[in-house]
Amino acid sequence: MSFFSGYEFFIYLFVLLIPAAVLGMREKSLKWYRWVISAFFIIRVYGPTPIQFLYLLGYVVFATYLVKIYLFLRTKHGRNKYIYGHAVFLALLPLAVYKIGVAEGFSLFGFLGISYICFRVIQVIIETYDGVICEIRELQFVEFLLFFTSLSSGPIDRSRRFNEDDDKIWTRKEYTELLSSGLYKLILGIFYKVVCSGVLYYVLQTYIDGHYTPLYLVGYAYVYGFCLFFDFAGYCAMAVGTSYVLGIRMPDNFNKPFLSVDIKDFWNRWHITLSSWFRDFIFTRFMIDSVRKKRFSSRLTGAAVGLILNMFIMGVWHGLEGHYIAYGLYHGCILALVEIYQKKSGFYKRNRQKKWYVAGSWFINLNVVMFGFLIFSGYLSNVL
Amino acid sequence: MEEKLLDLLAELCEEDEVKNNLDEDLFESGLMDSLAFAELLFAIEENFGVIIAPSEIQRSDINTANKIIRLVKERMNA
Repeated sequence: MSFFSGYEFFIYLFVLLIPAAVLGMREKSLKWYRWVISAFFIIRVYGPTPIQFLYLLGYVVFATYLVKIYLFLRTKHGRNKYIYGHAVFLALLPLAVYKIGVAEGFSLFGFLGISYICFRVIQVIIETYDGVICEIRELQFVEFLLFFTSLSSGPIDRSRRFNEDDDKIWTRKEYTELLSSGLYKLILGIFYKVVCSGVLYYVLQTYIDGHYTPLYLVGYAYVYGFCLFFDFAGYCAMAVGTSYVLGIRMPDNFNKPFLSVDIKDFWNRWHITLSSWFRDFIFTRFMIDSVRKKRFSSRLTGAAVGLILNMFIMGVWHGLEGHYIAYGLYHGCILALVEIYQKKSGFYKRNRQKKWYVAGSWFINLNVVMFGFLIFSGYLSNVL
Repeated sequence: MEEKLLDLLAELCEEDEVKNNLDEDLFESGLMDSLAFAELLFAIEENFGVIIAPSEIQRSDINTANKIIRLVKERMNA
């Protein structure tokens, strides 16, 4: 069984969501039921691959000790960069070994969801360092990591936000709203993923794949781009919808990305929980550090370097294959160029509110984004 | 302290206008972007000894001059 695909999964899901709805409507805590349903699906999904199951549980146990020990050291020694660095390094180590393994052709520590679970662990470590997290309850931390709706592919929730919902008992009125918008998102997600993405994938495979003329490449970029959107946004909508029914207001991951008017706007609408994670935990921190150390002569240079670095790391996180790294660098460079253009250009400042400018900017940006997906797909390696 | 903070803000946004309307949304008006935001957090740490972590606050907690002043004051008194 896989998460959010196949009849078997959905039959179990809808049946198991009924008790949740009943509990929710009766103003009961859904905490223990979340444990039950997560355990059920994790056993069903990981059961056929026991090694992955062991890696998953092993990492969760390891991460729980790591965050607890780090919290203890943080309380004792304060903001010590040396200890902090080691904690982040240890949390990342299994992911790094796994990614290098994939690139080099061996398989170690790989389990479904490893990339996403690392974000949640590192968020807790960084916020502990910041002094924002002063208490970690082990069981709640494990529940946060293993909540099945977003275990394998996001969205990336934040622990403090999750805990707040986890401890909450919704009133009947509040839960009714959660339930109805949850079911709506769940059904929208199924439609996106099964119907829209399915049809586009068929079109891609049947009519476009295998042709490499410029016109076909444009077609591939667009169809692949929309297919990826419906697939991933559909998946996330199902995950968010299911979370709502289970009493957790998981953050949305997409907000009409193809309406974005520039590349910054795009990253505020596409895979939102990932880009805001990178903004909060990498970009902003790198910028603060750069100002402190006077690393760059001008703020614009600093921003450009920061953006490229940020997106490069995002590319590497997707995988060490050339097309992922190229995708990250491509977006980093575009973000940097747009930042410089918007800061320097009088033409931009005079016209940015005008309708024709917005329309033109939208069209150019759409093509920039679609070309990015073409890089991401790895399809170009057939041409080059 | 308020005056100093407003001076910092005006410098970061490159616009003295921010001093006139303390309830203007700095992100929506384009005065503040993610870069100026990072510099603001650093400037607050440097000048007032208040450390604000980037992930600790939502944009909506710190999107007007008045909200920034209130947050820094709260932290200084804490």
